[in-house]
Amino acid sequence: MPAMAEKIISPFFDIKNSHTIDVYEKHGGYQAIQDVLRNKTPQDVIDAVLQANLRGLGGAGFPAGRKWSFIPKDSPKPKYLVVNADESEPGTFKDRYIMDNYTHGLFEGIMLAAYAIGCHKAFIYIRGEYIRQAENLVEQRDAARARGYLGKGIFGTDYDLDIVVHRGAGAYICGEETALLESLEGKKGWPRMKPPFPAIEGAFKCPTIVNNVETLSYVPSIMTKGPEWFANIGSERNGGMRLYSVSGLVKKPGVYELPLGTPLREIIYEHAGGLLDGRELKAVIPGGSSSPILTPDEIDVKMDYDSLAAIGSMLGSAGIIVMDETVDIVRSLYVVTRFYHHESCGQCTPCREGTGWAEKILKRILDGDGVPQDIKTLESIGNHIIGNTICPLGDAASMPLQSYLKKFRHEFEARVASKNGTGQVVEETVEDWN
Amino acid sequence: MLKITIDGIEIEVEKGTTVIQAAEQSGIEIPRYCYHPGLSIVGVCRICLVEIERMPKLQVACYTPVGDGMVVHTNTPKVLRERQAVLEFLLVNHPLDCPVCDQAGECWLQNFYMQHGLHDSRMLENKVKKHKAQAIGTNVMLDSERCILCSRCVRFCDEISQTHELGIFNRGDHAELMPYPGTELDNKYSANTIDICPVGALTDRDFRFRTRVWYLSETKSICPGCSQGCNIYVHHNDKRDYKADGIRVSRLKPRYNPDVNQWWLCDAGRYGFTSVDAASRLQQPLRKGGDDLHETTWQDAIQEVSTKMQTIVETHGPESIGVILSPRMTNEGLFMAKRLFQDGFGVRRIACHLSPLQPGDEDDFLVKADKNPNTAGANLLGIENCSITDLLDAAKNKRIRVLYICEHDLELGFSEDEIAAALKELELIVFQGPNENSVARRADYILPAAAFVEKDGTFTNYAKRVQRIHQAVKPLGQARPDWMIFRSFARQLGLSSPFFDAGDVFAAIRESIPAFRELSYEKLGDFGVGLEQKKTVTEMEASVV
Repeated sequence: MPAMAEKIISPFFDIKNSHTIDVYEKHGGYQAIQDVLRNKTPQDVIDAVLQANLRGLGGAGFPAGRKWSFIPKDSPKPKYLVVNADESEPGTFKDRYIMDNYTHGLFEGIMLAAYAIGCHKAFIYIRGEYIRQAENLVEQRDAARARGYLGKGIFGTDYDLDIVVHRGAGAYICGEETALLESLEGKKGWPRMKPPFPAIEGAFKCPTIVNNVETLSYVPSIMTKGPEWFANIGSERNGGMRLYSVSGLVKKPGVYELPLGTPLREIIYEHAGGLLDGRELKAVIPGGSSSPILTPDEIDVKMDYDSLAAIGSMLGSAGIIVMDETVDIVRSLYVVTRFYHHESCGQCTPCREGTGWAEKILKRILDGDGVPQDIKTLESIGNHIIGNTICPLGDAASMPLQSYLKKFRHEFEARVASKNGTGQVVEETVEDWN
Repeated sequence: MLKITIDGIEIEVEKGTTVIQAAEQSGIEIPRYCYHPGLSIVGVCRICLVEIERMPKLQVACYTPVGDGMVVHTNTPKVLRERQAVLEFLLVNHPLDCPVCDQAGECWLQNFYMQHGLHDSRMLENKVKKHKAQAIGTNVMLDSERCILCSRCVRFCDEISQTHELGIFNRGDHAELMPYPGTELDNKYSANTIDICPVGALTDRDFRFRTRVWYLSETKSICPGCSQGCNIYVHHNDKRDYKADGIRVSRLKPRYNPDVNQWWLCDAGRYGFTSVDAASRLQQPLRKGGDDLHETTWQDAIQEVSTKMQTIVETHGPESIGVILSPRMTNEGLFMAKRLFQDGFGVRRIACHLSPLQPGDEDDFLVKADKNPNTAGANLLGIENCSITDLLDAAKNKRIRVLYICEHDLELGFSEDEIAAALKELELIVFQGPNENSVARRADYILPAAAFVEKDGTFTNYAKRVQRIHQAVKPLGQARPDWMIFRSFARQLGLSSPFFDAGDVFAAIRESIPAFRELSYEKLGDFGVGLEQKKTVTEMEASVV
């Protein structure tokens, strides 16, 4: 398969039974870990990942190798690796594809990371709604155990590693790493104050690395193909491949594996097949529902960390949501805000009170009862939540508020002005979604 | 030591100090809800956000440790704006029912709104509805709509009482404080949650709707409920006493003392003040005539009792008098009693301690089994030279003819038959105390004594810490402080008694009791002085060397 040379994970999406050990091994799986266990030190793995410039693909983009190097070497406590499989950011579904189709690639990534940080027990914290994925993880984990790939002395070496699959109960906040750790410990999923960072005091008060599914899944290929190869894909400081989840009103929504820095226009119009016939682009969310929204004149941006930051948005989880002219932007902001209100953990004041307040105002505007000062109030809510909360959920709720109101202010003003409440609404029909 | 500059004030603080503590040390108050110095830090209310140079975002002062050279601003336009925003958020779903809220007047939402908010409401929406007026325990009423979810009470129950009754349930603006299913907020310290609740969410079921807090006055005192000697404030209603149905003392609140009770007070102590305004209070000297008690004057009562006692001493000798003092009395009262009975009447038998039939409740925190506030004081003053049992035996066998008994209810330590057998042989029984009890009912003379909130004086707690109590309200009726009653007797007997207030008595104690030699009311201050503290420090130094 020629595509295998460039793309790492996505070719497995099209291979039958790619989630099994046999198929994975047939395509070169479990070579990296065996080589590492026999011939390399943990530091070699960390160095390779650092050199590959692999960044956290869950959303924050923090260099994975640097995170691993924060684990205190002299701590007598056990170290844990926790895999964040709580993929909950609206518009993001790449980790689900990985867990469905590249299960052992993820496991091999876990093994490599665990070896690098000296961990003998790794947890996969998977979102509660991913029932089939969790079943598959358990099944394949057991298969790996049966082969001696997990458990005591894996692959015939003296290195022990086991994986625990832990299902969440369906809270978005548990994708935030410290809330995830609280939930993993059996407590209410409330984010922790930092410091201490998890690398110093994480799960069960022990040094812990929390990595996203996708991040770990790229580690085996970095070890086999070499860090330079990975780092040289894409643009400088923004190297590597990544999975873009494309959803919304495009012809071919789905997960696309492309180099970092691929222009957004190319992803929408070439890979995802472009907009539905006769429709015009209205807006694009580039990195999951929390990332600031883009207008059509901004879609030539390269999809990497720095380029998106330069235009005031962010790559986030690379969940691209495409909206065309039929989308009611006021309603869209209402839906996003309703989500963050529903998922706010309620621990700290600005997010707890602000998200619900904003949702109510937006609902009132949608119902045709908006008043002119509503727009200013909404902006103010966003401005006062952002940066003032314990965890990034507050920021995630604020960024849509701020960006929608800034870039589509005229639509909000028109809706508030039109007292009948219909304004420019285009009724949703089943046809629209086809 | 680390150097920090807060609003231009440069101070040095110890490593580990947080910004909010450093600000306090330099006299700058940063508003706070969730932060409490006695509890873990959660940083959830966000009202204490401050600007720290070289940090892009505002930081919570309660959680941020001081770094050397840190420059903090607590009053920049940005800080004030965000502080106001946090207040606005807190009030979004707050019912704003101050006119019917018991917390009004001591509410931190009200106070901080006046200091930092003063914004007009922009909230046009319906508020989130939650549970109102739930009795979540014997002492505590919860109004969830007023709750700002600061989690102080939850942390108190987890960390201080360690009883874990409370939790916060549900998410977002539907999050609600509740006891865990099947439990109640019912622990020995439950009412402390009311004190630390900064808003009207947790209110005191005993105090609720009794009086508005701005009619209350506050007096420093010591809880008389056990030998721990927890520092308290007595809150008394003397601005609108005519509205209070004769209830002068409205509530007790813990007063911070780092060495005794920190910020806390047990429920038994907190609600133990009702005897002060109870119907059982003795308000008038009484004399038995036939089967009834008749009112008399202090002058007559003092004169008659001392004449009778003197006569008996002259005929039968001083060993015919037995005295039972009480470790509930102040050092001043005990000292004057000792002086009167030993020097004035030559009494040899004085008892003080009563071993209760039911042992008192005790724990390893604040509750002590000894329910008397001044047992250690009585011991230091060297009052007791026989037991109450000895005296009752002596009475039964007619070896004593007079029993002068202060405050004790003998029924707590003896059976009714034992008491009856002993008391029926006596020629004269004098009872002195604030409240009527089974002994008072058998007495020939009843002398009304002031309750602990009605007098000045000192108690010595179990750890030999001498602490002051202050008069909060006037003695009820004609009641008088114990020391004053004994002074009247002493003057009747012609003993010199140059004591004009409790402080004079304390000065006399200092002169005659070595343990008290270096103390004075001024030195005792608000926190008291531990008699063994100095010694302990020296011992510690010795062990270090």
